[in-house]
Amino acid sequence: MPDPLPPVEKPAPVAAGFSLLTGAKRWLVVGIALALLASYFSGTFNRYYLGIGIDVGIAIILAVSLNLINGHTGQFSLGHAGFMAVGGYFAAWLSLQMGVNAKVMFPLSLLAGGLFAAVVGLVVGVPSLRLRGDYLAIVTLGFGEIIRVIAQNTEAVGAASGLKGIPKFTNLGWTFGLAAVTIYAITALVNSTYGRGFLAVHDDEIAAESSGIGTTRYKVTAFVTGAFFAGIAGGLYAHHKQFLAPTGFDWLKSVEIVVMVILGGMGRTVGVIAAAILLTVMPELLRDFAEYRMIVYALLIIFLMLVRPGGLFSINFKRRSAA
Amino acid sequence: MSTPLLELDKVTIKFGGLTAVCDFTMNIREGELVGLIGPNGAGKTTAFNMITGVYQPTSGSICFAGLCTAGVKPSKLAGRGIARTFQNIRLFRSLSVIDNIRVAKQLHNRQGYLSSLWRGKAWKRSEAEIEKDAIELLEIFDLAKVRDEMATSLPYGDQRRLEIVRALATRPKLLLLDEPAAGMNPSEKDDLMRLIRSIKERFGLAVLLVEHDMKVVMGICERIAVLEYGRKIAEGTPKEIQCDPKVIEAYLGAAAV
Amino acid sequence: MDFQQTIQQLINGLGLGSIYALIALGYTMVYGVLRFINFAHSDVLMLGAFSALYIAPKVEKVLGPQSVTGAILVIVFSAAVCACLGMLIEFLAYRPLRNRPKLTVLITAIGVSLFIEFTCQNDAIFGSATRAFPKLLPEQQFHLGKIVLGSNDIIVPVVTALLLVGMWFIVQKTRIGTAMRAVSFNQQAASLMGVPVNRIISFTFGLGSALAAVAGILYSMKAPGIEPLMGVQPGLRAFIAAVVGGIGNLPGAVLGGLLIGVLETFAGGIPGLSNYRDAIAFGILILILLFKPAGLLGRATIEKV
Repeated sequence: MPDPLPPVEKPAPVAAGFSLLTGAKRWLVVGIALALLASYFSGTFNRYYLGIGIDVGIAIILAVSLNLINGHTGQFSLGHAGFMAVGGYFAAWLSLQMGVNAKVMFPLSLLAGGLFAAVVGLVVGVPSLRLRGDYLAIVTLGFGEIIRVIAQNTEAVGAASGLKGIPKFTNLGWTFGLAAVTIYAITALVNSTYGRGFLAVHDDEIAAESSGIGTTRYKVTAFVTGAFFAGIAGGLYAHHKQFLAPTGFDWLKSVEIVVMVILGGMGRTVGVIAAAILLTVMPELLRDFAEYRMIVYALLIIFLMLVRPGGLFSINFKRRSAA
Repeated sequence: MSTPLLELDKVTIKFGGLTAVCDFTMNIREGELVGLIGPNGAGKTTAFNMITGVYQPTSGSICFAGLCTAGVKPSKLAGRGIARTFQNIRLFRSLSVIDNIRVAKQLHNRQGYLSSLWRGKAWKRSEAEIEKDAIELLEIFDLAKVRDEMATSLPYGDQRRLEIVRALATRPKLLLLDEPAAGMNPSEKDDLMRLIRSIKERFGLAVLLVEHDMKVVMGICERIAVLEYGRKIAEGTPKEIQCDPKVIEAYLGAAAV
Repeated sequence: MDFQQTIQQLINGLGLGSIYALIALGYTMVYGVLRFINFAHSDVLMLGAFSALYIAPKVEKVLGPQSVTGAILVIVFSAAVCACLGMLIEFLAYRPLRNRPKLTVLITAIGVSLFIEFTCQNDAIFGSATRAFPKLLPEQQFHLGKIVLGSNDIIVPVVTALLLVGMWFIVQKTRIGTAMRAVSFNQQAASLMGVPVNRIISFTFGLGSALAAVAGILYSMKAPGIEPLMGVQPGLRAFIAAVVGGIGNLPGAVLGGLLIGVLETFAGGIPGLSNYRDAIAFGILILILLFKPAGLLGRATIEKV
């Protein structure tokens, strides 16, 4: 018996304000300039805070890229850590292969990691994105786990004992410069006629299809784009921590990134960035309470869903129909 | 006359054991305004869903502008010129009025992924044009004033009109309207009738209308097909349909004939 | 692998598969009734094992160690405890979200699961160290040629089979089972027909949780020990089994469970493949979803537009 379903509902996002952002490229340049400036003076910064700063930058890239998939396009991906792993491992492996030239080639290694992750995203996305919400979550989780298991068994990247001795190329400049690029790219994409298609897919796939939007194509595009930037984040991470272990990219890591997106209000870029900063800095501040960290995470998720599904920073716009 | 715009040939669809539509044959020519009526559950919306590619018929064929539509996705069919509205309004909830139109304009937009990232001169020009076109369209339907409001914050009648505008933004040759008069009062229905007629003239398209309100159907349709339990039981001009005993029986029961 | 080894693997696989089947039933029942995946189900498994850990010594004091009656009592009490816990979780975390989008509830379920796991890892509760599971029954071994049949290898499938028959009976032959099926088809219509939907949903959770508890105990009987995160991997496999068999379909869950259990055990015996054991279940899932998205025994539902 056909199940009568109303238009499929997802958690209502915050009002998607549109602006052509004609000055967007200017902001990108400013952002990169600031990042390079900060990097120049980073020698004088406290090592510990510098490390946290870089962690924050990486978290921003991860959260904003996942936001395109989960927030803007409304697809529930639970495997983002897998793409981070792919990009991280590949970039690190390249650096270790290149020896003396590695430093000069660092940006290319990062790019290669991102592209490899994008290809994996394509392979994962094309079959999975035909599936409905809850199924997609499990499949992406599954792919993340498969990637982890493959990494665990690949001798070339250290297998279960991990990849050691990765050179420390990541600095504030690279991290925040690339974060600025990520924010620019996602925001520019979404704020265009083309990009409104992502939001249309989020709201109502059937109406989107009828209006000429190829929903599967948009979903895959969002997925691949998100995977690309996650791969870059992975590369930055690898050359920051100097060590990669397969267990660091399990589904728990994916959940951490998902929580950032939810906390920020799925789809709201500014909120997501704020959430990424908060959720990276807070565990450090609460060092003494580290054992309660995951419990707090879990309660945060439950609390958010019960009380504030629009995210911690959501304000109730007039979203409901007058009818 | 050249080949019909839309040809349905013995179209049948089964959902498990339930045959929703059976041997439905019908043609629509360019520029025609055709009505599809029948009691509830007769299969009218199902027929719509098959024409637009949401469902695939179990047997029979549907051809639009000479090309078969079997297995073609709705978005591709939209590209070929079929647009529709929905029985339960399906606007994009998180987008503004003008953005709802924008989405539909993407179909004919040559600026895609890379252009939106690079944001060169061509992209800026294209975006300005799209905005201009969208506002023009909205103005025709008196919705330009509210263009930055959230689409779902509009009153019901305006939302229905917006859905029609969104369908028109894809530059269709055939427009399918699924119960556009639902929930409207008599004066709104009169406005709607005038609107549909003027759309047909102005944009030169064929219209297939599913509607329960007989005044609307008889008032504007040039031809009407009647479905009952998934089968076509009559087809003809409004006058012919009104007098057809089978139609009367379907709606009012055998005793009424 | 010779014939006797194959049989041995098959026996092991069926044993493992039966446990997956029990857990999968819980997933599929809740999905059938509420249309969402209860991520926290795998943790009920763990809670069942820990309940048994605490209940067993008390029962032993009265009935003496390793008795059949004792084992049954431990299982029944643990199942009862977990049934209550399951119903409590539904009441606190899922019921308030009954009318919200499915994705919201899914995320909440993840939160509940993490909350249970990490709270239990805290030293104040169970601590994260692995603990030995008490021996509920004397272990005997039967030898048929090179095949070793432990008493557990017989008990697990038998218990599972009994429970499955019980489940089938409840769902098909009792009023409450009919009510469950009604709710799974159309909640609104069922409630209009006088079905107490909330109570039926609670009952479903309770039943599913009880099954998970039993599965947890059976699993622990063969496992090296129990710890708070023990439910994650079996739970994931069982969930995959439920989807593979056709989510919402009870026989499908059983079929899926047995299939995954057997395939995983065989893969564990093949030298090149054994390292990828964890990924086997996911691989099967992805294949099934690609070629038969409704699952092996499932039927595709068509969305009304």
